[in-house]
Amino acid sequence: MSELSGGRWSPLRGNPGKRVLPGFALSMGISLLFISLILLLPVTGLLVQTAGMSWEQYWGVITDERVVASYKVTLWAAGIASLFNGIAGLLLAWVLVRYEFPGKRLIDALIDLPFALPTAVAGITLAALFAENGWYGQLLAELGIKVAFTPLGIVVAMSFTSLPFVVRTVQPVLEDLPVEDEEAAISMGASDLAVFRRILFPSLWPALMSGVALSFTRSLGEFGAVIFIAGNMPYVSEITSLMIFIRLQEFDYGAASAIASVVLIASLVLLLAINLWQARYLRRLHGR
Amino acid sequence: MLQSPRKLIKQLVVALTVTSGLGVASAQAADQELLNSSYDIARELFASYNELFAEHWQQETGKTIEINQSHGGSSKQAQAIIQGLRADVVTYNQVTDVDILHERGNLIPADWRERLPNASSPYYSTMAFLVRAGNPKNIQNWDDLVRDDVSSVLPNPKTSGNGRYTYLAALGYAQKTFGDDQEAIDNYLREFLGNVAVFDTGGRGATTTFVERGIGDVLLTFESEVNNIAAQSDGEYQVVVPKVSFLAEFPVTWIDRSVERNETTDVAKAYLEYLYSEEAQRLIAGFNYRVHDETVKAEFADRFPELELLPIEAIAGDWKTAMTEHFASGGKLDQLQRR
Repeated sequence: MSELSGGRWSPLRGNPGKRVLPGFALSMGISLLFISLILLLPVTGLLVQTAGMSWEQYWGVITDERVVASYKVTLWAAGIASLFNGIAGLLLAWVLVRYEFPGKRLIDALIDLPFALPTAVAGITLAALFAENGWYGQLLAELGIKVAFTPLGIVVAMSFTSLPFVVRTVQPVLEDLPVEDEEAAISMGASDLAVFRRILFPSLWPALMSGVALSFTRSLGEFGAVIFIAGNMPYVSEITSLMIFIRLQEFDYGAASAIASVVLIASLVLLLAINLWQARYLRRLHGR
Repeated sequence: MLQSPRKLIKQLVVALTVTSGLGVASAQAADQELLNSSYDIARELFASYNELFAEHWQQETGKTIEINQSHGGSSKQAQAIIQGLRADVVTYNQVTDVDILHERGNLIPADWRERLPNASSPYYSTMAFLVRAGNPKNIQNWDDLVRDDVSSVLPNPKTSGNGRYTYLAALGYAQKTFGDDQEAIDNYLREFLGNVAVFDTGGRGATTTFVERGIGDVLLTFESEVNNIAAQSDGEYQVVVPKVSFLAEFPVTWIDRSVERNETTDVAKAYLEYLYSEEAQRLIAGFNYRVHDETVKAEFADRFPELELLPIEAIAGDWKTAMTEHFASGGKLDQLQRR
């Protein structure tokens, strides 16, 4: 049974789509068309906008001092937010998969709330909570910690909007992990820590990494939620999306697209790298 | 080949703007229709004015009129018209956003400001201060805003016309105070910007930060907005009008290209001209904007204290120069904010 669900042996292996469902060519064609229309075309449009600039102009725009400062703020905040999400998300997924408790379904549904909520609403709510007169802000102020209208606020907004990525990528993998492996390890005298490190973690690691990477790239582009809590001080708490927004306000579409292309390329490279790494890791893990 | 994605995006934008801006069209058909493209916080003002004008128009011509409103940040609103939204009239809070309708697409003539009285600005306002009850930091004028113990809230001049007006008001004050001493002017502005606690992207955002979040000692925004907030609160805030400030004009014009096609030239002109009538001016003053009509001015004298109002010409030459020298990328504002 476990072999079947683990996918190591299956009569459908090879080219499952082709054998089970007819119309492979048609569905593949529709998929490609769809990807082209909703993904590739807008991306091309973005690049076309920047094509009107010379290399020097392009380089000048994307290496502007204030824009570079915004990269740093954005990268740092997204990094911390996605690391936090890696830990918190793993914990949440673990609790949701391995324990039974009242209200579990409700919590499971609530996890997706940041996806469903308009990001501006999230931003305003978080700013209200974390401002010095807000519920959390009051308590944190006594500890001397300021969150709203500081770079820390950016981290909070980013981690809020991208937490579901980690939970939702780790959860299914955790559900599919055969409990027998853990039981076998325990019966052979492995400590809890060893079970986690040697049995669980290697299987979870790729999913966790791609969840964290998705959370990171989502944070790079976050605008609505961040803008209301960041304070937007030049060089201190301005994110790259705001730089794009400012260029648009100046009717300077070329410069806006140029900065946007930096974010786009960074995200693409990261996602591609994670995918390649994951494929290699999985091959090694399964000894193929 | 190069045009197609842009065109697609443009059409999408137009479609979205039209559907979101117009809302639900009324079921009863009027004799005529008019679309007014306006700025964000003018909803209540024009909802009232439209009723007044519709009544006036029916008395004058016997025709019923349905006036549709579209509100948004006025730069975005202008963009939608350039991209094809056929609004009959615009009522904006920034001259530059009307100018662009001439520059891109040539939808109106270059001399549009001469078509209506007072440079096509039926009402005006200025930038004023809102402080917390009792004015604990004793903020009276622009020089108080650079004190070490004062922190201020204003929208980002890079993203908001409101913020640009405040920047220009501070610049005007500095020019009057320090004369030709450019270094002193720059230092003043640098300290002024350095005291800002939060840069929200728009005027209403700044209001929220000051009122709801309790950030800052003073909020800088339109006098009209400041008065509205003070009137709605239970004495938690008070208005301070500085001795000198910026003349913020609210330009209006009809879009020649649209009114020709929509055959609304007469009603569009009448709609804007009626803004200057005594009744309309009284209504506008009730929304805390300053007006030109002498009778109405006298009635509202105690609400609008006297101050020296500096037009853009006195501060930066004209709007185009102000935009390129101060607000464009790498301009004065960027230099002042550099660490």
